[in-house]
Parts: sequence; structure tokens; C-alpha cells
Amino acid sequence: MKPPASGGLRRLARSLGLGLAVILVVVIYAYGFEVTKVDLEETRSERRQTQLVRILRALAKPEIIEFRQDELAVAAPFFMPCPPTPVQLHEPNPLQPYILLNPSCAEPGGEIQVEGFNFVPNSTANIFLVPPSLVTLRLSQAVAEADGHFSTHVELPERSSSEVQSIRVIVRQNVGSPTLTRTAYDTWDKIIETVFLALLATTLSTAIAVPLSFLAARNLMKGITSPLLGVALSLLAAPAGFVLGATAARLAGQWGAMVAVGVQANLAGAVIAPLVAWGAARWALPSEELSSPSLGIRLARIFALVTAAVAGIFMLVFIAEFLLQMGDRLEATLGNLSFLGSFIFNLGEILQIALGAGTALAGAGILASFAGRLGKWLTTTLPRAGVRLAEFGLAAAAGAALLAGLGAAIDWFYQVGEPRWTLYWPSAVGAICGLALSLRLAGRDTLPVGLVIYYVSRTIFNALRSIEALIMVIVFAVWVGIGPFAGVLALSLHSIAALAKLYSEQVESIMPGPLEAITATGATRVQTIIYAVVPQIIPPYISFTMYRWDINVRMSTIIGFAGGGGIGFLLQQNINLLNYRAASAQMLAIAIVVAAMDYLSSYLRERVV
Amino acid sequence: MLSVRNLTKVYEGGVVALRDVSFDVPQGQFLAIIGLSGSGKSTLLRCINRLIEPTSGQILWNDLDITAAPQDDLRRIRRRIGMVFQHFNLVHRSKVLTNVLAGRLGYVNPAWSLVNRFPARDVEHAILQLDRLGIADKAQQRADELSGGQQQRVGVARAMMQDPEMILADEPVASLDPVLAHSIMQYLEQINKQDGMTVLCSLHFLDLVHRYADRAIALNEGMLVFDGLPKEIDDAKFKEIYGKEAERVG
Repeated sequence: MKPPASGGLRRLARSLGLGLAVILVVVIYAYGFEVTKVDLEETRSERRQTQLVRILRALAKPEIIEFRQDELAVAAPFFMPCPPTPVQLHEPNPLQPYILLNPSCAEPGGEIQVEGFNFVPNSTANIFLVPPSLVTLRLSQAVAEADGHFSTHVELPERSSSEVQSIRVIVRQNVGSPTLTRTAYDTWDKIIETVFLALLATTLSTAIAVPLSFLAARNLMKGITSPLLGVALSLLAAPAGFVLGATAARLAGQWGAMVAVGVQANLAGAVIAPLVAWGAARWALPSEELSSPSLGIRLARIFALVTAAVAGIFMLVFIAEFLLQMGDRLEATLGNLSFLGSFIFNLGEILQIALGAGTALAGAGILASFAGRLGKWLTTTLPRAGVRLAEFGLAAAAGAALLAGLGAAIDWFYQVGEPRWTLYWPSAVGAICGLALSLRLAGRDTLPVGLVIYYVSRTIFNALRSIEALIMVIVFAVWVGIGPFAGVLALSLHSIAALAKLYSEQVESIMPGPLEAITATGATRVQTIIYAVVPQIIPPYISFTMYRWDINVRMSTIIGFAGGGGIGFLLQQNINLLNYRAASAQMLAIAIVVAAMDYLSSYLRERVV
Repeated sequence: MLSVRNLTKVYEGGVVALRDVSFDVPQGQFLAIIGLSGSGKSTLLRCINRLIEPTSGQILWNDLDITAAPQDDLRRIRRRIGMVFQHFNLVHRSKVLTNVLAGRLGYVNPAWSLVNRFPARDVEHAILQLDRLGIADKAQQRADELSGGQQQRVGVARAMMQDPEMILADEPVASLDPVLAHSIMQYLEQINKQDGMTVLCSLHFLDLVHRYADRAIALNEGMLVFDGLPKEIDDAKFKEIYGKEAERVG
């Protein structure tokens, strides 16, 4: 502690510091005003204010309902300026609505009195000047009294003509009951599209984000380690497995399309294949394992599992074909409900696409995990020197493969076309890095693979999350065309990243006790996740999914601005056409839907959680 | 026979939880582990089934080296060691039955547990275990709807489903009232005496130690400061274990 003698000086220094801070804040805000062009003069200008009033009034009258209107037009000839010789006007029929002008001619810019008789009481009469060019000019309006008479003074414009002009009074009357406008129908169509756009995007992103979220949860990934040999073998095996899986799916698809000629054949295939898969899996995976099986049994089981996997692929192929054919037929026969048939057809197509991608990914995953286990096993069984030798070779190969893949990606994006820079050099560098790593790790036996996966997936999620769906939709609109489907894809991609991050944070905040207890029973990592983690995260997952749906509904209302379909497309058009009353109808629809979604999601969250 | 040799655990950050602890437990013994909070009791128990990786030392169990076992072997070892926790560590939102069946996870094939499918025999066995503990009627309720004592019984049933040869109990009755505490301890005593199961149980109250344990070891700041019969803990020993200012309660 300093002695209090220097207190005065310190206080002075503090006051000076405070003063400087205040000045700095003032400067910062002043610059902010300058940069954002704050201009209060503009807000007070009369021209701006009339425009503002016009727009606000238009927005206050959303174009939702309309009446069929009867139009009554009454005209009287009019001279401006007055002709040298007075013109004789014929008498109006006193039983019909008619108007009288007083005087019947005037100088340009003058004023006349317009009187109307026999109009419908309380109706609004719009008064126009019709020059010889027929470009009408609205002059004024008046309201008829209870006896059908009105009288008003109107100012005339500077439009002189030697020919006869006319003053026309038009009375419009609402007839019959109100009907919905064209705008209302369009808005309804598009708002439905919007809600479903959000629903599909949320569903798709939830399905993908749930498994991904486990990869970005630190508490689950921290414990996953692997010896260098396992990592190297996995890295080498994963692409091979991917190619293998993709090829298997493609071959199965080709064969399936050949065999599956009729609906019956498909149905039979879709029933028999799962039975085979189930039987093989039941045999290969005994429900309880009390002792380690022998090598022969293990090999037989692997064979049975491969059989089951192949049967499973065929099952999906058959189901997809079946859906395609059924969808086709239903679409042709269902009439009004043909969208159901087309939905089934689409399901078949989705299944076909997902089958290819899924089998490839599963192949990569299975082979990589198999290779990882092999690496672990080799590390524990081989003699020390052998392990080191294998580590050198495989780490170099894995490093080379990794960087060669990266080089290929760079080549694809930037079209370098020079294998020296995209293949040879990267492979060499990768091999050297692998070697260096295996030298560096001498003595240490495990690598924190889980944490590496955690950081990589976190980084990808954060990068994707920082790109708004509104920007992503531009790329997707190029790919699948402007429309709601592009919106679905863009919203999904953004939601996957956002949800995976939120979900993974929930996984990180679960109670560690059950996790510990389940681990202590001898459960595998996957079992631990299913029995200790999943029950704990279901409520927050549901609640975040609801919240995301809410966000997606709001996003999908504007994603049309960038070509993503939905109501935003309509809204933007109407704003650009200065059709504010129609835009107002769409804004109203958005407000209603967003508010309704908010209530619905909070209600459901309360019910479910 | 479980033998712990020169076990040392240093946490990240340099906190020494266990210092060179060695002791042997013959099969079928009821061993009480006593000591102040933070003396290393929980760490010791968790090192035995490697929920916590020891820094150095060796744990041998029936000629198996637990400390050196690779992951797959470790799972096979863990499934023969039941564990009971102070805070029960049940999965709250799951059914009681599911919580109990979770004790079989080390035995069932991981692929089938993905679809939450247990063999019928296991389900029968689980109901039987719950029945033995007097809460068979709660099987279909959610675990968090049960009272503390009932939850701990579910925890014991889960451990028993593992068909264990040894039970590690980490202050199993510290969150329970005395009546419930005795009922849980009596159950542990029963499986210890009847089935000859080894029980390692950390305890706070000395009267529980006197009443149930065959033998007691004491930890103070990670060091083994006492190893002997419960009745050998006299006032002098007590002060050595719990510190000079400690007073006996119960």
C-alpha cells in the first residue's frame, strides 16, 4: 500500500483520466453520427413528411378485402378559358343524378362551384377534370348529403384549351359482401410456403445436427485418444472405405433397378432383404457376451455382418424403387391429392440419394474405426521396434495422403493444373510432417484425437454460422434455381451449424454423475452416450429445435429477398413497385405467423419439457 | 484379492490426491475407507476401476493388472466391479427399470443397446433385484420421482445387475437419513456375508464403520495413515486421522 500522502496527486490523475475518457466517448459518438449520416434536417423537410404520411397511411390499409364497386359517372362540358361566344348547354334530366357548374366556364387557375343532385346519400363523389387529351386530373372530392345533394368549390389547374373540356364526377359504391383480394390469395399461398419452408429446413437440420453435436462436445471427445498407428491407419482407411461404400451403393442401385421391374418384385425384395439382414445380424451380434470369442467365430461373424450390411443396402434400394413406382402411380390416379404421390416419389429419390451418401460415409466410418482398432492392437502386440517402424512408414503415408487430398481440393478450386504444386510437393511435405510427428511422439503412446475432432468441428460450425442464410441462398439459388427449395437448403445449412453448436453446449452441461455411473458398468462410449447423455439432453434439444423453427420462420419471411422463395419474394416485389398496401398485407401476414409460431412453440415447449 | 501398490494420483494443476498408497484386500472382505472430505477417498475408489487414471502405481485384481489393461479389457474388468455413488448418479429422466438394466451394458452387445433392447432374462433379473430391495412396484416410474432412499436402492440394484465380484461404494449413505442409511448398509452387509462379495466402502460415520466393516483404512491428505480393525480406532488414532480439533459425533 502506498502512503496516503500521494492521494491528492492520484485523485488528480484519476480526474484527468476520467475527463479524457469522457472526451474520447464524445469523439467516438460524434464520428458515429458522421459515418451513419445522421441528418435531422431531412426528417423535418415537408416533402419527406408528406411522403412518409402517404406511406404510413398505405401501410395502415393492408389490401386484404375488397368490394365489387358500382361506378356512376356524370359529366358536364366545361370551357377554360371562356370562349368568345357563350355556348348553349342542354338541360339535365332532373330525375337522374346530374351536376351543375357555376360558372360553366372559367379562366385557368380560377375557381368554380360544382353542385351535384340526386346522388346516393352519403356517397363520396370524386371530381375530375377531363381535358381533350383525356388525361384526367383529380380535382377534389365531396360527400353527398342526406338529400343526395352536394356542393363544393374546386380550384382549377393551368390547363387551358380552345376545345371543350369536361368536369366529371365519379361515384363508386361498394356492392354486395366483401371479398378477398388477389393480394390476399397470393399472400396466403406464399405464407403457407413460408411456414413449410421453415418446417422442412428445421427438420432436415435437426436430423443432421443431432449426431454432429456430439462431435463438438468437449466432455465427450476429451477422453478419446488413439496411438499414432491407429490414427495413421484410420486416415488411410477412411477414403478407401468411402470409395468402397459408394461403389457398393452404386452397384446395388444398378442391380436393384434391373431386378425391380414391377411393384410386386420390389415389395417382395423390400420384405425379404430386411429379414435376411435381421437374421444375419441376430446371429452375428449375440445379445450378451460373457467371454471373448475365438478367432474363427469372429471371422464368421464379420462375414455375417457383411451379409447383413449388403442385405440392408438392398432393402433400402428396393424400398426406394418401390416408393418411386408407387409415387408415380399414385400421382397419376389420386387427382386432387396427387401431391401425396409426388411426395412418395420424392421420398424414394431422397432415399436413393441418401443411400449413396450414407453408405459411403458408413463405409468410411466402419473401415476407419476398424483400422483404428487394428492400430491399437498392433501397438500393444508388436515388439517395440516393429511398432516404431510401422509408425514411421504409416505416419508418413497418412501425412502424404492428407496433404495430397488438400492439394486436390486446392487444385479443384483454383484450377492450378500443375501436379508439382498440388500433388508432389504437398505429398512430400505431408510425409515429412508425418515422420516428424512419429519421431516427436517417441515414448508417448496416445494422441488426443477426440480434441482434434472437437476443435475442427467447432471451427467449421462457427464459420458456417457466421454466414447468414440470406447470403448462402445466393449459392443455392444458382444450384437449384430461385425458389423455396433453395431457401430450404440455405436455411438448413445455417441451422445445422447453429443447432449443432447449441446442442453441443447442452451436452457439455449435462450432469457428469450418470455418465460416470454408466461408464463404471463397463459400457462402451456409444452406450454411454445413449444411456447417460441422450436422456439428459432431450428436453433442451426439443426446446432449441422449437426455438430454431421460430427463427427459421422469421428468416424464411425475408429469404425470398435473395431468391429463396416464400413470402419475402412477394414482399420485395411489392415494395419495389411502391405497392405499399399489398406490402402491408404481407407484413401483416408475417406478423401474424411469427406471433402465432411464438405462442405455439412456447406452448409446446412447456408441454414437452 | 485386490492389491493396490504405490498408488499415486496427481491432478492437472498439481493437486496430489493420493500419495504412494498400498494395501491388499482379500476376497470377501468388507473394507471401510475413512478420512476427511478431500482426503482422497473418492479418488482412490475411482482409480480402482479407472474412472480416474492413476498417475503411477499398480492395481492388481485376481492376477489382472487393471492399471495396464487396454480399453476392451478394461470394460470387461469394469463390468465385474459394481459401483454405488453418494449422489446415486441415476439418469433422472429414464425409467427405474432402464436405470437398473443399464448395469448390464457391459455384457449386452452394443449394437442391440442402440435400440434399447435387453434380453428377456435381464429384464426378469432386474425386476427380481428391485423386488429384493422392496421397490419392484416403482419399476415403470421415472427415476427422479423416487425418494432419496429409493433412488439409492435403484443404484444398488444397478450395481448388482453387473453380477459383480466387488462393490465400490463411494459414501453410499452420506445423502440419506440414519434409518435409510442402515437399510442400505444392511443390504451391502448381506451381499458381503451371503455372496462373499468384496465391498470397499468409504464412510463418514465411525459407528457405521464399527458396525459393518471387517477392516478399515484411513486416508489423510492422500496418505494411508491407518490400516487395521475398526475397534482399533481409539481416540488417539481418531485425532491422527481427522486432525487435532476433530470431535467425535456418533
